[in-house]
Amino acid sequence: MSWLKKLTAGLKKSSDKVSSSLSGISRLFGKGRIDAASIEEIEEALILADLGVSVASEIAEGLRARNWQGEVTPDVLREALAEQLTDILLPVEKPLTFKQAEGENDLHVILLVGVNGSGKTTTAGKLAARFQAQGRHVVMAAADTFRAAAIEQLSGWGARTDTKVISGERGGDAAALAFRAIDEARADKADVLIIDTAGRLQNRAELMEELAKIIRVIKKQIPEAPQDSLIVLDGTVGQNAIAQMKAFQQTADLTGMVITKLDGTAKGGIVVALAREFGLPVHMVGVGESAEDLQDFTARDFAHALVGLNPE
Amino acid sequence: MFDNLKDKLQSVFSTLGKRGALSESDVDNALREVRLALLEADVALPVVKSFIASIRDKAVGATVLKSVRPDQQVIKIVHDGLMEMLGGEASPLKLDVTPPAVILMAGLQGSGKTTTAGKLALHLQQKHKKKVMLASLDLSRPAAREQLRALADQAEAGILPESDTETPVQLTKRAMQAAHLQGFDVLILDTAGRLSIDEAMMAELRDIKAVATPDEILLVADSLTGQDAVTTADAFNNAVGVSGIVLTRLDGDARGGAALSMAQTTGCPVKLVGVGEKLDALEAFDPERMAGRILDMGDVVALVEKAAEAIEEEEAMRMAERMASGKFDMNDFLSQIRQLQKMGGLGGLLGMLPGLGKLQKQIAAAGVDDAMVKRQEAIILSMTKKERVQVGLLNASRRKRIAAGSGTSVQDVNKLVKQYQDMARMMKKMGTKSGAAAMKAMLGGGGGMGGNPMGGGMPSAEQVSQLQQQMQKSGMPGGGGFNPFGKGGGLPGLGGPPRKK
Repeated sequence: MSWLKKLTAGLKKSSDKVSSSLSGISRLFGKGRIDAASIEEIEEALILADLGVSVASEIAEGLRARNWQGEVTPDVLREALAEQLTDILLPVEKPLTFKQAEGENDLHVILLVGVNGSGKTTTAGKLAARFQAQGRHVVMAAADTFRAAAIEQLSGWGARTDTKVISGERGGDAAALAFRAIDEARADKADVLIIDTAGRLQNRAELMEELAKIIRVIKKQIPEAPQDSLIVLDGTVGQNAIAQMKAFQQTADLTGMVITKLDGTAKGGIVVALAREFGLPVHMVGVGESAEDLQDFTARDFAHALVGLNPE
Repeated sequence: MFDNLKDKLQSVFSTLGKRGALSESDVDNALREVRLALLEADVALPVVKSFIASIRDKAVGATVLKSVRPDQQVIKIVHDGLMEMLGGEASPLKLDVTPPAVILMAGLQGSGKTTTAGKLALHLQQKHKKKVMLASLDLSRPAAREQLRALADQAEAGILPESDTETPVQLTKRAMQAAHLQGFDVLILDTAGRLSIDEAMMAELRDIKAVATPDEILLVADSLTGQDAVTTADAFNNAVGVSGIVLTRLDGDARGGAALSMAQTTGCPVKLVGVGEKLDALEAFDPERMAGRILDMGDVVALVEKAAEAIEEEEAMRMAERMASGKFDMNDFLSQIRQLQKMGGLGGLLGMLPGLGKLQKQIAAAGVDDAMVKRQEAIILSMTKKERVQVGLLNASRRKRIAAGSGTSVQDVNKLVKQYQDMARMMKKMGTKSGAAAMKAMLGGGGGMGGNPMGGGMPSAEQVSQLQQQMQKSGMPGGGGFNPFGKGGGLPGLGGPPRKK
């Protein structure tokens, strides 16, 4: 079954939209020809999937410029579209990898950042479950000291996944907690430390500065950490994702992305726009509420699911 | 990325001369830009389409008023259309029922339901003098109940005691009873986040509704949402019948097209907006402001209101007089710095000004922040009273002393003096340049500002006021409609009457 089914199911609604729009183009085009109206429909379908105007028209242009052979059926069109999307997404398809740990300085630190409500805490919990299952020794740090009960939420995940959670007082200093978490994780001889941070809107300078401070403090302990600085993006997000990426890129020196909530009606098409604009690895997608619903991202499958093709 | 719509429309029309009426091709060209702007603001495509169609009908053949350029006319039409779609005016919550009034919060995961429930409790207790009880029906998310309890404590609202054995429907029944028996005016039910395609969860929501017979069913949605806003709003509305929308995270820099998409899809007004992380950061929705924001016309109304709150009228009058008479000393400079702080700092202020999104980013990139503003305040406070009035007195040794006194360097002091001089010079030029041009020149980073693009980070009251004048000059036709500045121009606009509905 794997994640394909889940993602396909998750993306079903969105692909429904794209594909129903594509099916709307039921007429066949003559040999090697495809008309402007149908291209425009495709462009609109892509906009509806949150790809954004510029990427949508770029893709539409690509379809238009294509040397079509034979009859152009909707399925042919769909396949061509999936191919184009795959081309854009393939460079960002990179699973999360670890360097082999040797010596205490090699505690692998994963920092989760993002705006409020994007799913950082849940992702932290799911990541812990995944790594535990791989036989790694995981510790989590609840550096979201702002949101009411964020610490309890992460502790809940800790209990569920049998992972130690390092936490402090609510309202305490997040950077200090991160510092202490590294100490404790090292003392525990952990392989991985997952640091959950408070959600912050990227235009709030003081909150971004707080994040910068957390990172400075982490680097004091381990210069190369956080080895993974991951932005957690809500799959329902629109064009503001670009602004989010820019700001967090600058402050947190992002190494990759996790896209959450793709099991809903959200299209997650913004991933395509982000891949185009930033080229940052998309490590994982969240397609459900349980721990195993955090899956590796695969460009081809994502692209096919997005246009309503069965990714075989 | 995309320029402000206003600039774009200006360029669309720049090739045209003045005309008596808008032709079809004028309108189509303009509406292409409007379409792009709306999509860029995440307004859903079907909504954009129907909106553009309706606007087109209104715009073609519309007479361009004498004093107005065609682009302004189009913006006015678009703005009015947006406002109409957003529900025209603010809609209050329906609370005038036999207590307890029941408010059901629903929405996707992470949209901000629990936080909003807490904010709403505080809002109703403080502003409406209601006695509020909160109840969490969220059994899915770990610690959701703890979160609500913590918020209830902060808001000093009642909270339904938890239980691990009850279903959401049973909890609802118990909450209804408790609220009734304990004499609460309002009961707020916080539900678990759910996907609109999750049949079981949507059925649960219907069951809760059947038991609670809520007076308000608020769909809580993230203003960062993209095209999916329509689908979500539609699904929730079909399942339980939404009575209003709460838009969260409006303190972000998303343009918030989701508001339009959802209002249009459900036919329900946006009633409240979340504008910050603090518990009191919940406001009534203002369609006019939202229309401006979607069009990236700057949140000028908010700016004026904030300015009016922050600045004592007397102080503003005093400043106005001093500026008019060409006097502007360090005391004035200081009071501007302080006003700025009150108005939510540099970022907040610039974010509200139209077309300055880019500048805001440049400024952020240049590291001009509120800490810097604080430093400048310290420098001025380290001057003697005499020095503040007679800036010419500041020789090298005095500057050295001031630097030591304020914990800065002589270069910092020099920089501030230079900024003061630039500003004083601008005072004199006021009115000769258009406000935005002057503002941009100030912020532009070129113009001899020593590489500091903000010249020290001081959108002065006067700059703001120039902008206001600029807005007014090029302002929206049609009187009361868009122009938030009423009659006043000049500086008093800052301290002047806030726009009231």
